[in-house]
Amino acid sequence: MKKYLGAYKKESILGPLFKLTECLFELMIPLVVAAIIDRGIVGGDRGLILRLGLLMVGLGLVGLACSLTAQYYAAKAAVGAATAMRQDLFDKVQSLSYTQLDRLGASGLITRMTSDVQQVQSGINLTLRLFLRSPFVVFGAMVMAFRVDPKSALVFVAAIPLLALVVFAVMLFTMPMHKRAREMLDKVTGKTRENLSGARVVRAFAREEGEIKAFGERNQALTGLLMKAGRLTALTGPLTSVIVNAALMALLYIGALRVGAGYITQGAVIALVNYMSQILIELIKLANLIVTMTRSLACWGRVRQVLDLPVERGSGKEREPLGEEAVSFEDVGLTYPGAGAAALTDISFRAYRGMTVGVIGGTGSGKSSLVNLIPGFYPATRGQVRVLGRAVREWDPEALRERIGLVPQRAQLFQGSIRDNLCFGNENASDGDLLWALEAAQALDFVGKAGLDHLLEPGGRNLSGGQRQRLTIARALVRRPDILILDDSASALDYATEAALRKSLGQLRAHCTTFIVSQRSASVMHADLILVLDDGRLAGSGTHEGLMGSCPLYREIYYSQYPEEAAP
Amino acid sequence: MTKRQTVSRVLRNIHGYKGKVVLSLALSAFTVALTLYVPILIGRAVDAILGAGRVDLEAVLKALAGIAAATLLGAAGQWLQSAVNLDISSGVVRDLRQQAFDKLQRLPLSYIDGHPQGEVVARVVSDAEQLADGLLMGFTQLFSGVLTILGTLIVMLRVDLGISLVVMLITPVSLVVAGFIARRTYDMFAEQSAVRARQAALVDEAVTGQKVIRAFGRERIMGERFRAINQCLERCTVKATFFSSITNPATRFVNGLVYAGVGIAGALSALGGGITVGMLSCFLSYANQYTKPFNEISGVLAELQSALAGAARLFELLDAPEQEPDGVLELRKARGRVEFDRVHFSYTAKPLIRDFSLGVEEGQRVAIVGPTGCGKTTLINLLMRFYEVKEGAIRVDERDIRAYRRRDLRRNFGMVLQDTWLAEGTVRDNLAFARPDATREEIEAVCRACHCHSFIMRLPKGYDSPIGENGDMLSQGQRQLLCIARVMLVLPPMLILDEATSSIDTRTELLVQDAFARMMKGRTSFIVAHRLSTIRSADLIIAMRDGRIEEAGTHDALLQKGGFYAHLYNSQFAGSGREKNG
Repeated sequence: MKKYLGAYKKESILGPLFKLTECLFELMIPLVVAAIIDRGIVGGDRGLILRLGLLMVGLGLVGLACSLTAQYYAAKAAVGAATAMRQDLFDKVQSLSYTQLDRLGASGLITRMTSDVQQVQSGINLTLRLFLRSPFVVFGAMVMAFRVDPKSALVFVAAIPLLALVVFAVMLFTMPMHKRAREMLDKVTGKTRENLSGARVVRAFAREEGEIKAFGERNQALTGLLMKAGRLTALTGPLTSVIVNAALMALLYIGALRVGAGYITQGAVIALVNYMSQILIELIKLANLIVTMTRSLACWGRVRQVLDLPVERGSGKEREPLGEEAVSFEDVGLTYPGAGAAALTDISFRAYRGMTVGVIGGTGSGKSSLVNLIPGFYPATRGQVRVLGRAVREWDPEALRERIGLVPQRAQLFQGSIRDNLCFGNENASDGDLLWALEAAQALDFVGKAGLDHLLEPGGRNLSGGQRQRLTIARALVRRPDILILDDSASALDYATEAALRKSLGQLRAHCTTFIVSQRSASVMHADLILVLDDGRLAGSGTHEGLMGSCPLYREIYYSQYPEEAAP
Repeated sequence: MTKRQTVSRVLRNIHGYKGKVVLSLALSAFTVALTLYVPILIGRAVDAILGAGRVDLEAVLKALAGIAAATLLGAAGQWLQSAVNLDISSGVVRDLRQQAFDKLQRLPLSYIDGHPQGEVVARVVSDAEQLADGLLMGFTQLFSGVLTILGTLIVMLRVDLGISLVVMLITPVSLVVAGFIARRTYDMFAEQSAVRARQAALVDEAVTGQKVIRAFGRERIMGERFRAINQCLERCTVKATFFSSITNPATRFVNGLVYAGVGIAGALSALGGGITVGMLSCFLSYANQYTKPFNEISGVLAELQSALAGAARLFELLDAPEQEPDGVLELRKARGRVEFDRVHFSYTAKPLIRDFSLGVEEGQRVAIVGPTGCGKTTLINLLMRFYEVKEGAIRVDERDIRAYRRRDLRRNFGMVLQDTWLAEGTVRDNLAFARPDATREEIEAVCRACHCHSFIMRLPKGYDSPIGENGDMLSQGQRQLLCIARVMLVLPPMLILDEATSSIDTRTELLVQDAFARMMKGRTSFIVAHRLSTIRSADLIIAMRDGRIEEAGTHDALLQKGGFYAHLYNSQFAGSGREKNG
């Protein structure tokens, strides 16, 4: 927090100061009025009355200027700090490891970046504008009380800690409730997102009612939590007014005794009572703010939780490849955090530049996990992965990923033009590069009609599944990668397109090591090296011919797609 | 929607809480009365403390007892009022949020497909939250403010009618100023909400696509895009926040002017003997007390602008045109005759499906093939009434599908898509998605048939393993198997399989094939697939190109014909011959 407000040091110090100045000017008005009455009217000085009247207007103007400045500084500091915080959060999310991302969940991240930061912003704004005023007024009133009558002022000394106790106790008790409420808000967000992304399935199964009910439960739980926290917070006002009025009563009683004994005058009692009333007015304002304050503190806690996460990013520095080896695995094992069983066990292989490596295996056999280790998305839990001659952890992560073109299983595109999406891989690509990549990815035919500037909706929803997939392939090709990874990326393509794609990828071989993950024998059978995975273990590796002879599982997969009589 | 309309919509939603609003008002009156009464009691106590030896301790104690009672009652009333206000504001927002979610279920898919997810979520979540804050503040401060004004007025009127009238008439000037500022800030808040929604959409996209961003090293560029929008948000938020916070100082200044003016005039009049000094000072202190609530109210008015801007966006969602009215015809269990009769359709101005006619008999297995983007998935969108045909008709059991109730029609189709959407929850929850009453045995039997039992049992908690939001515990193929099991558990009379096995390996597919064959037996099925094994056994193959049927017939007949289909079929082997592998 210090960091964010630190950038607005001037604003966050001057803001409250101007506010206090305004407060002081306001307090001077009664003195001027007293002067008008005492000197103007009693002295019959018409000129003085007018001058003092103008002074009042002047004081008002200066007060207005101070207060506007204070409001402006508060707004600037609060919004500025929140903006920086949001940016940091966004950047931080982009540096979190896949493991951390999986754990935090999309909805939690989204509420943090949007609504939580917004709450923190209003918290800062209110603090700068009003919150600092309250202690000032409370302590100021106490000091004034001491000047009037130190003995009676001891009532203030007793009341103030009690008031502070109430305010802090309420905050302390409601803070965890607000935190839980925010977590429930995550769930409300999550349900809404899920309902939108699964609209077709929900409707296909006519499950709208069930969804409405499930949302209703979360919505109700959220409301319940907020009400519980709210009711507790609402105690602040009544409790403080009870304390202040009790103190008032004590003042009156003590005052009565001391006036009776001739220590102080009636006027002194009136003054003391006025100071106590001022505290009451101030605290009523404070009580109204306390919900906002507590909630924004809870939100800040959530934001900080993400900001404080350790960066599990690789710290390697190497940026250049070494030798002719493209990718090698040595006794590699991978167990996802929280998963029961290992996703990969004892994987070893070696691939040289320009080779095509096929990865084939059953559903859930670990094919995607294997290729995810190459760009270092997850660290291997055992053994060593070497890419372009260097261990993955020695690589500067960005430099490593710049050399890899990944086509993920899910064809994920972004809002923007087709050009924007293709330039993902390489910002400086020329139109010629883009068209080349589109042609190689068999995407030129449909892009040709729409053009590179055709706008995609978020997620590329205005394209068919196959079109999206071909664009993601083109996107990976645009960067002319050293290593191209096709993670089952032709599943939505028809055979004719896939065959053409395979042919054009074959021409890239000179530059590029290609990993093809697939369940189709046809996609991998002409690879230089085929890795056959079974339940996370290597069931066999070699060429098509070799494996046909040595690997029963490979044979089985092959014949499941090419019934023996049809085999070439 | 204008601001006035928004306000009246919000008020209409409060209508259901009429009783509580009345209660809140009554409690407010009660506490304000007590709050105004305490100073009077204090005055009495002070009057009893005249000087040394002239203190009426009995009167003081009596007054103190009164203060104690008033304080306790007032505190109780104040707490109750807060609780009631909280009830109303959070209730109203809960209702609105629920309405919004219900609405999402009735919106046409074109709305959902055409609006960024993050933006819609922002309306349901943060815009509603903003409204809740505004409402609570409105209730808490507006009521007591108004009542304090009324209370002070009564006291003032009893002191001096003429002067009170002057104060009464002048002070509302501050409200005019507040209204003037509020009107302007509303637009700023509306802009702020809109920018915020754009940002939410970007955040949603970035979080969803995070792994791709990472893979392509686009963190910095996404960060820049975010920065641009973030700075735009900063600009309009500073503007909106600052301008709305002008209200309070500005009205206070106006009140100060009134106060000064009245002070000067009063003092001058006192010089001329018009009023006494005592009257003037009393009058000034009341004027001061009277203007304070105006200040608070004008402050609330300013803050309310942001709540109203949020509400307007929420209402915009609630008012979006809904899908076409539902049919009334019940469809318990369709026989499965499906007919496309000269169907035309397009998402945009460009026609996509043109003059498409097709008759499918009960229990027939229809395979739809064709290059990507030829309209296969669109046919399914139309069949399920996700989108409505532009011209022509689709009939099921000889009746236009628009005549049936949507849910009945959809329940008669079992749909497995390439997009493997699973809900957050356990594996079991997802399997029983369409039939929450399915027993454990039924679920496991289906999973055995689909060959997902064994991998489910290998998950840390078996059938009770949670599938997270990001769901990366499961591979695409495993997710697809779960989607198949989900449909098998219901077994509707007609099936739609759009690339239903694209991510499943062929060996598992062969194993599932059995279960598939049993499932399709006697059921009208529409299959979009690239795997020839599935297609070859179809009763009817439709080869599509550019939204039209190019060829139709059985596998053998079409191969013999040597046309479009034969070309598609043969190209499967085009790249696979080893001699062509350069």
